[in-house]
Amino acid sequence: MTRIGVFICHCGSNIAGHVDVEAVAEYARTLPGVVFVQRNMYTCSDAGLSEIKTAIVQQGLERVVVAACTPRTHEPLFRQACREAGLNPYLFEFVNIRDQCSWVHMHEPEAATRKAQDLVRMGVAKARLLEPLEEQELPVEPSALVIGGGMIGMTAALNLANRGFPVKLVEREAQLGGLLLRLDRLYPTQEEARPLVEERVAAVLAHPRIEVFTSAALLEVKGFVGNYEVTVAAGGQSHTLKVGAIIVATGARPLQPVGLYGYDGQRVITQLELEEVLRGWRGVGAGRLGTGKLGVGKLGIGKLGIGKLGDGGTGEQTDNPPPNLPIYQSTNLPTRVVMIQCVGARTPERPYCSRICCTTAIKNALEIREISPETEVYILYRDTETQGTRYEAYYTRARQAGIQFIRYSPQRPPRVTDERVVVYDELLGANLGIPYDLVVLSTPLVAQDGAQALAQLLKVPVDEHGFFLEAHAKLRPLDFATDGVYVAGTARWPAHLEETITQAYGAAARAATVLSKEHVVSSGVVAQVNEALCRGCGRCVEVCEFGAPVLVEVAPGVTVARVNPVLCKGCGACASRCPTGAMTARHFTDRQVLAMVRAALSEEMR
Amino acid sequence: MTVDFQPRIVVFACNWCSYAGADLAGVSRLQYPATTRVIRVMCSGRVTPGFILEAFRLGADGVLVTGCHPGDCHYISGNQNAVITVDRTTQLLRLLGLEPGRLRLEWVSAAEGARFAHVMSEFTEHIRKMGPTPLKPETCNLKPVTR
Repeated sequence: MTRIGVFICHCGSNIAGHVDVEAVAEYARTLPGVVFVQRNMYTCSDAGLSEIKTAIVQQGLERVVVAACTPRTHEPLFRQACREAGLNPYLFEFVNIRDQCSWVHMHEPEAATRKAQDLVRMGVAKARLLEPLEEQELPVEPSALVIGGGMIGMTAALNLANRGFPVKLVEREAQLGGLLLRLDRLYPTQEEARPLVEERVAAVLAHPRIEVFTSAALLEVKGFVGNYEVTVAAGGQSHTLKVGAIIVATGARPLQPVGLYGYDGQRVITQLELEEVLRGWRGVGAGRLGTGKLGVGKLGIGKLGIGKLGDGGTGEQTDNPPPNLPIYQSTNLPTRVVMIQCVGARTPERPYCSRICCTTAIKNALEIREISPETEVYILYRDTETQGTRYEAYYTRARQAGIQFIRYSPQRPPRVTDERVVVYDELLGANLGIPYDLVVLSTPLVAQDGAQALAQLLKVPVDEHGFFLEAHAKLRPLDFATDGVYVAGTARWPAHLEETITQAYGAAARAATVLSKEHVVSSGVVAQVNEALCRGCGRCVEVCEFGAPVLVEVAPGVTVARVNPVLCKGCGACASRCPTGAMTARHFTDRQVLAMVRAALSEEMR
Repeated sequence: MTVDFQPRIVVFACNWCSYAGADLAGVSRLQYPATTRVIRVMCSGRVTPGFILEAFRLGADGVLVTGCHPGDCHYISGNQNAVITVDRTTQLLRLLGLEPGRLRLEWVSAAEGARFAHVMSEFTEHIRKMGPTPLKPETCNLKPVTR
């Protein structure tokens, strides 16, 4: 019979204060296969660990069971002790008698002791059936793929290249730079965007370790952490790139407010279009528009069909590309500009806040005032979100500069007519009619076209809005659940530039944790196929989110599933779905789990 | 049903959310009845109808399957498999003459120590009201078959 050793931790008084550890130890001695039982004040201490190692050697233990705190914190430590004493680390079983026993039954010591005994019995029952598992070591390709050549992709690429890793940077457009190339200035410092971007583009292009592919498309992604093989089409040919890690930095794009507030790209434009207009004004320093009809005429009001005027709807009902409308290009400075916030954002269709629009509107309003101090700027808002030490001060500065903030409610959205913007001022309780030369719509960032297709290539998830979804909202904000793939920037969620730059550094650092290793170690807890039982139905392939099982034709007409242990995460979904019992979730096999179920409810004494 | 009926409840907990939630209940010293025995699995999607039925066959008064909230699964969609498993097994319980309320699927995140403790207390009380499993007298002297 397999020789099992059981170690019971007092954890000072954390366990021993509420559970009769002596009774648990006595009980453990009665269980079949248990040849050695020891209590420790702290099993995780150096003394405790060395006692485990000594017992493995002296008692010839073939399985080790520790009843203590929780495997979530201490399993690696005890596994390592087993490994050091020459025992396969997967022949170790953890029994949780602190976090899930002594600490939650502090006022019923007898019941807690009985439960601890039951849990030890369950652990021993599983330990008896444990199998030694092998961890595979695979070499790491020490280079990275960065998808997206905007500010964030370039920053991540430079960071990794400066650490010494070769980087392949893939950009869909013909030039690097992304959305920032189209911006005039950046908040809250009002510095020019273009020199910053151009400086970074130059650094990327000059870097000996960065290879840039522009006008490129990602065709295929194969492999796993440390060993990805990516096919990229660029320059009329396809390239096969071997990389160890992948960073997704594809960014986002502003919603085109087609059908909203009379958007025409001329008198009613978006904040992004305004950025380009601002550059024109700054360059020319042109004369002012009259308040009257003259300006309106010059702006080409005739092109506006009556039916185009309107109010808040939803925008972009389809995925069709927005019409190519001519952008307002007048060099005349406007007398009145009205900005409308939350256009197509925080609606039932698009309930999220895009985070950057309030500050962007304030920035552009301040820019207009700087270029043309006489121009009146009105910002029609629902709520102004300018959190933090800098942005709230920025908001205050805008109000002090005389920019008018008018609050509207989504129940009574503003209306844009030929002559004026009509808005019900929530705070004043009255309708205002504001004559305008220019209306600027603040639209949210939305997921990039093609994000969904990229997600499928990489086998990573997107959320309901099409933004990439990280492994854990709080604890793993830059990781995907798939090892070796990371996300940074607005591909994940609308965010300020300094936040996304921080993410770029973070994602580069996360990628470097893989690239700096000589090899990756795959867990032994993976699925395994008994090919003699497999009939090749493919249900395991369907249920696996990580592409670990694949169907292989082993003989003419004979197809079986095989699992790539490096891709497998050990969740066991395939084993649950397998109709023939061919698939085994190792370390959580049917026999092992059933043994625990039986031990939970029945005693088998020797 | 007697006043001091102590239900025997088997709980399957996924490693990443619910098991961590159970640990957090402990770290927060939240007290709940000592009626549950947790079996850790990597994912709630690992639980099979066989695991659940074996627990009932051996006299469990209730079985809880716990996993990550929808959308939070560490393995992306494993908890959707758990939904299917629990739904189908519930149908089987009806055939066996067991009340479907003895089997339940609950979502408990790693941050929800209080929720884990509440689910344990509430389900214990629920089973206590239902009384001991009706299967017990028929099966308690059967021995499980092992391969």
